[in-house]
Amino acid sequence: MHGVTARVKRVKPRFKDVASVRAGLKKEKYLADDGIAGVVYLADRLGKPVLIEGPAGTGKTQLAKSVAEMTGARLIRLQCYEGLDESKALYEWNYKKQLLRIQADNNSDTWSEVHDDIFSDEFLLTRPLLEAITSEEPVVLLVDEVDRVEVETEALLLEILSDYQVSIPELGTITARQIPLVFLTSNNTRELSEALKRRCLYLHVDYPDLEREKEIILIKVPDISENLADQIARIVRSIRQLDLKKSPSVSETLDWARTLMLLGIDTIDETEARETLHILLKYQTDIAKAAKELSVSK
Amino acid sequence: MPVLDLMSGFIAELRSAGLPVSLTENLDAMEAVKVIPIEDRDAFKYALGATLVKNNAHWRVFETIFEVYFSLRGPEYEITREAQPDDFWREMQDQIDQVRGQGEGKGSGGGMDSLTPEEIAAMLMRALMSGDQAMMRALAKQSVQRFAGMEPGRPVGGTYYLYRTLRNLDLDNMLQKLMDANREMSNHKLSALEERLEKDEFQSRIEQFKLEVESEIRRRLVADRGAEAMAKTLRKPLPEDVEFMHASRDEMQSLKKALYPLTRKLAARLARKRRHGRKGPLDFRNTVRHSLSYGGVPADPKFRYPRPAKPELMVVADISGSVAAFARFTLMFVYAIQNQFSKVRSFVFIDGIDEVTKFFKSTEDVGEAVNRVNTEADVVWVDGHSDYGHAFEVFFERHGKDINSKTTVLLLGDARNNYHAAQSWVVKELRKRARHVYWLNPEPKSYWNTGDSIVAEYGAHTDGVYECRNLRQLESFVSTLA
Repeated sequence: MHGVTARVKRVKPRFKDVASVRAGLKKEKYLADDGIAGVVYLADRLGKPVLIEGPAGTGKTQLAKSVAEMTGARLIRLQCYEGLDESKALYEWNYKKQLLRIQADNNSDTWSEVHDDIFSDEFLLTRPLLEAITSEEPVVLLVDEVDRVEVETEALLLEILSDYQVSIPELGTITARQIPLVFLTSNNTRELSEALKRRCLYLHVDYPDLEREKEIILIKVPDISENLADQIARIVRSIRQLDLKKSPSVSETLDWARTLMLLGIDTIDETEARETLHILLKYQTDIAKAAKELSVSK
Repeated sequence: MPVLDLMSGFIAELRSAGLPVSLTENLDAMEAVKVIPIEDRDAFKYALGATLVKNNAHWRVFETIFEVYFSLRGPEYEITREAQPDDFWREMQDQIDQVRGQGEGKGSGGGMDSLTPEEIAAMLMRALMSGDQAMMRALAKQSVQRFAGMEPGRPVGGTYYLYRTLRNLDLDNMLQKLMDANREMSNHKLSALEERLEKDEFQSRIEQFKLEVESEIRRRLVADRGAEAMAKTLRKPLPEDVEFMHASRDEMQSLKKALYPLTRKLAARLARKRRHGRKGPLDFRNTVRHSLSYGGVPADPKFRYPRPAKPELMVVADISGSVAAFARFTLMFVYAIQNQFSKVRSFVFIDGIDEVTKFFKSTEDVGEAVNRVNTEADVVWVDGHSDYGHAFEVFFERHGKDINSKTTVLLLGDARNNYHAAQSWVVKELRKRARHVYWLNPEPKSYWNTGDSIVAEYGAHTDGVYECRNLRQLESFVSTLA
């Protein structure tokens, strides 16, 4: 980090302490636990990216969005997929424009002038990563589902993650004007490379515990009664303890809560639970298993 | 002790527990410690976790070590009496009096030390009933002090004390008692759903109480013998290093959890290996055809990509007592990546043998299928003691004709044959017909060929005998297979 602070001008810290991160996120309707708030705070202080792992639908992407809103920064998002390359992630030369430039006055300039000219900022198309570090205003960079790119492509990220700079052969090295907050999310479908992990702070976001889940329901679903929220959170906890193919995520819990609200239910009984289970669970075998477990107490 | 010394001891311990902590991560942790005050234990723990632990499966190991090194220091962790607010003590005194009942008149004070074991149990039940965290913690301390019988300097691990404490508290029946009390208290009859929810709630409170007891024991051990000595005895293996044959129930649980991500990653890796980096000889016909678009110049040479056939797999597993867990994990593992094989068939035996492929076909849930294997398969022939010889013979008789040059046969077991006839000619015959025959043994290598183990006799006829004591070894074996 010494290296980074030396090269890139350090902006003043965004957050006062861990508690203020937590309060700020809560204002954006994101309930962070100690771990989440602590790591966001550290990311700012140390100027390091955060790698967020965890099951799908636990608010990994939402965390980056909420932090952006909280700090009033622009969110730049790079959605990863198999086959992503540097022309999509970093930069690309606008070769049509370069061609036009050459054709526009092909007798007046000398070769070296044209050459210097067409490899300048004007002809550079910035892609999310380059945009994030060249931006004047504060930004939050979100690299979503980084586990989807191939191992080789991961290396593209390394320079920007550790030094906040991008090297372009024709132009030289472009260094960040300010250190952006960087979040990488991963659904853990494959092991990320050691090199990437080493450069990041690691945060595992798991399903929330009972109390937090209840608070999340209360804050996200307007007009829901405390009693219903409590019941929902407890049923979901019980379902998560079963051995399922896919446990219900937080977003599915919220969908379920909204459905129950729409149906005008204020206390859940067995039949209602069984009839609406398909909102929580997406596999037939899981639904059958949960329905059986919930109605037969051992 | 200065923080720096503490940190280097801490990191050394993480490394010896098997966590890969690199130098840069170490430096990051030091940097993080600068901005997070050590007094705020939780934030401090998460800061260290974020910089040092980059794999969620390692978190529990990290937590234990952290507790030994950091949580137990400082004045607030005095063992005898802690700085609790006064009204907490008053309230507790009230509760003690209530538990004792009015018959004895005034409670005589003296806090918890004067309670009888029955009274402690009654108070614990009240605390669990109401979910009173502070009370649960106080009771955990009290019960450790009283029941664990800890003696300074005695070199016994924490598990022993944990066992003694919990045995005295009779937590196994506690759940039932709590449910009964709850049923009495509620004025209407609880529906099955409500009961289930209550039960899960109590269960989680009891688990929490157990954790409190465990950490209290650790606290006392560390106070007695110092962090460095204790960290070593309390060291827990990482999930992938847990031995199949000696896993506790908790470890089994964490093994199961670790299994699926592992198989998913392995499957992705194998699929990639299959796709990648295989270049065959020049495909002349294809090259000429493509050369037409370049005016007859073969500018774009085409190659023939070999498509290696996926192997057919036959798993023959001993599921008698000692090695059952190993067989179960291997079956789960193999079926979790079955799309990497063209066909998987599985057989289980003790002294008789039975095909269990159908259990896996009828359901998508591998875990359930494995459970059915253990209950429904017909594997006992005479007395239910392992008889490899007979099982192999029957296997060969019934299924020998299905084995061909595409088949890979996996034999799983410790080869403890109870001094029956070995019939190793079967393995020899299998190897003649099959592509490969491998033997996986869940026992440590040093135990092989001792007592009634005859793994060498079988092993001589296979393509290799592999020690397979934990997930790490199992994974590395399977990845060479597909």
